[in-house]
Amino acid sequence: MLCLYSLLADGSKMYKIIRAEELAQNIYLMEVEARRVAKSCLPGQFVIVRMDEDGERIPLTICDYDRTAGTITIVYQAVGAGTHKMAMLREGDEFHDFVGPLGCPSELCTEDLEELKKKKIIFVAGGVGTAPVYPQVKWLHEQGIHADVIVGSKTKDLLILEKEMEAVAGNLYITTDDGSYGRSGLVTQVLKDLVENNGIKYDVCIAIGPMIMMKFVCRLTQELKIHTIVSLNPIMVDGTGMCGACRVTVGGKVKFACVDGPEFDGHLVNFDEAMKRQQMYKTTEGKAFLEAKEGDTHSGGCGVCGGDK
Amino acid sequence: MDILKKVPVREQDAKIRATNFEEVCLGYNMEEAMEESLRCINCKNAKCIEGCPVAINIPKFIEQVKNADIEAAYQTISESSALPAVCGRVCPQESQCEGRCIRGIKGEPVSIGKLERFVADWAMDKEIKPVGATIKLNKKVAVIGAGPAGLTCAGDLAKLGYDVTIFEALHEPGGVLVYGIPEFRLPKENVVKKEINNVLSLGVKIETNVIVGKSVTIDELFDEEGYSAVFIGSGAGLPKFMGIPGENFNGVFSANEYLTRSNLMKAYNDNSSTPIMKSKKVAVVGGGNVAMDAARTALRLGAEVHVVYRRSEEELPARIEEVHHAKQEGIIFDLLTNPTEIFADENGWVSGIRCIRMELGTPDASGRRSPVEIKGSEFTIEVDTVIMSLGTSPNPLISKTTLGLLTDRHKCIIAEEESGKTSKDGVYAGGDAVTGAATVILAMGAGKAGAKGIHEYLSQNKQSK
Repeated sequence: MLCLYSLLADGSKMYKIIRAEELAQNIYLMEVEARRVAKSCLPGQFVIVRMDEDGERIPLTICDYDRTAGTITIVYQAVGAGTHKMAMLREGDEFHDFVGPLGCPSELCTEDLEELKKKKIIFVAGGVGTAPVYPQVKWLHEQGIHADVIVGSKTKDLLILEKEMEAVAGNLYITTDDGSYGRSGLVTQVLKDLVENNGIKYDVCIAIGPMIMMKFVCRLTQELKIHTIVSLNPIMVDGTGMCGACRVTVGGKVKFACVDGPEFDGHLVNFDEAMKRQQMYKTTEGKAFLEAKEGDTHSGGCGVCGGDK
Repeated sequence: MDILKKVPVREQDAKIRATNFEEVCLGYNMEEAMEESLRCINCKNAKCIEGCPVAINIPKFIEQVKNADIEAAYQTISESSALPAVCGRVCPQESQCEGRCIRGIKGEPVSIGKLERFVADWAMDKEIKPVGATIKLNKKVAVIGAGPAGLTCAGDLAKLGYDVTIFEALHEPGGVLVYGIPEFRLPKENVVKKEINNVLSLGVKIETNVIVGKSVTIDELFDEEGYSAVFIGSGAGLPKFMGIPGENFNGVFSANEYLTRSNLMKAYNDNSSTPIMKSKKVAVVGGGNVAMDAARTALRLGAEVHVVYRRSEEELPARIEEVHHAKQEGIIFDLLTNPTEIFADENGWVSGIRCIRMELGTPDASGRRSPVEIKGSEFTIEVDTVIMSLGTSPNPLISKTTLGLLTDRHKCIIAEEESGKTSKDGVYAGGDAVTGAATVILAMGAGKAGAKGIHEYLSQNKQSK
């Protein structure tokens, strides 16, 4: 009965999946029809999706949008029960709910364009964080600004959106933790190398990726004195400022990432607190997921839940 | 029967209900309702109607119950209220209709709330719908928020013949009725959904997943989507925190988050995939209805629960019935107590809450005696969860993105009480978005006023709109 509420006047459903691809192992791309979101979103904003009537609300940063076609592209890694289930959706299937755009657009999109053009910009993307970096680099490219991009991946097989990024980035530097592709090592090493050995002077750094990566990028850029923006993805429920689950301390003040962010001045974010808060439901969720996956056989192999006890 | 007393209402036993999410109050049956209805003396100058924010013709519907014409009683109520089964359950009757009842001067007032609930439940069971519009006006009105204010406003406008669409930010309509008030007080499938469907049966459309101010702006609704008027009933959704040390430790939640997980996201149900903290001992800070809801939810999820409130029992803002029910179920009230700090273990999980004893001083602006700290009386309650229930304020998403819409310093939209008229032409507002957090029924009253205001506005502007 409830799905009636999301019917359009002409009877068509709104959130059809136009394209579904597995970009790398466990990393999925979906292009979804969501006219209202596609009309009004900007880089840096996010959506919340629900795959069925009982599904959890999953926040995902917008990876691309097509205003004419009325579609939004999302990229996500299947980690919990919800995202694994979502990964089974195919082209032609529909999301039950798809709401947005949420959060504030990237600072870059609201800045004076002439000022922006004077700046040398570097993006640092880690893992699936490459997806939310892409629309920002693309948007800058469309304004005639060529930003450099560092993409870090665990290994070659997990690298995503390389071609797309290459088409819009100034210089693209790829590094893998295991050295299986591009440079070898962490993104911070690449950034340090570019600044200290190649003498490039960056004015702004935008780092998006795992919390621990953003923390270390910020530590480095503080030393290098580069203004740094990070995009946080804390636990949230509604995404409109209602629950306060996403609160984060920025410069000693409590902010709600969903409405005040998701982007913040990285040098002011309390990462240690944010990382702890991300663990809030890890045990409960992990246990429920493994129970569903392994049935009665689960004996604590996940290392977090203590097994069936 | 004792004519001075209400016919008692059946309830689930406190010990049993403390472990389940089934409805606490079981309501009247036909016999009980008819017996209670006889207590109404049908005052000519009925004070109860004045006490009702939506001015239900109470003596008339009770007279119809006396005559066993429940369908007529339902139509009488639904002329004024879009959500009678909800109101019969959650209205603070003691300070409204029942508070004014002549019977209450000597003895207990007529149990108007329970009678309203009986009539609404009876009609729902018999699938009787409210009577809709006979004419169609070719004008579109947008209502923002499918909570009590929005649903009421939309229902009234639809009855007048307007083409009404409600835009709801969440994936389900109902507002606080679905995310805030728990199942054991307000069943979702059997009460809330059915009453929302009654509003839909009047011709109202609901588009979920639209955040006005983000997905679309009010100006776009006027300029691009052809709406002639807008009613804002977006509520007061932003939770307040105390600003004490330790509030960001793991295990500190806003009541909004805790209740939304349990209610809207169904974490109360074991089959749900929504995670919720499995607490052993919980401190709920605050004394309003939301605090009672959070406390009683935590209790049902298996925790020992303490309500920590800085004033005394007399000042508790919650409905008397809720406090009474909470006590019966075993909630512990730590009154005249105020938190000063939250402690955590080495991993950042809540381990205790530091409090200070309070005493009541002189009355403050609200007329309540203001609490004063007793020096040196600090003590710690060991808890693993703290739920902050200190009230909420309006979400600034709409006011920030709507040029010409004025708000006060609390971010409440400024609107005229009788019509809901705001500073922006064609835009009306009401409910918590205007007043700050209040009750379901006051929001419904504001929704009615808004519908009236919009109708007057659109009638006067026939040519230009």
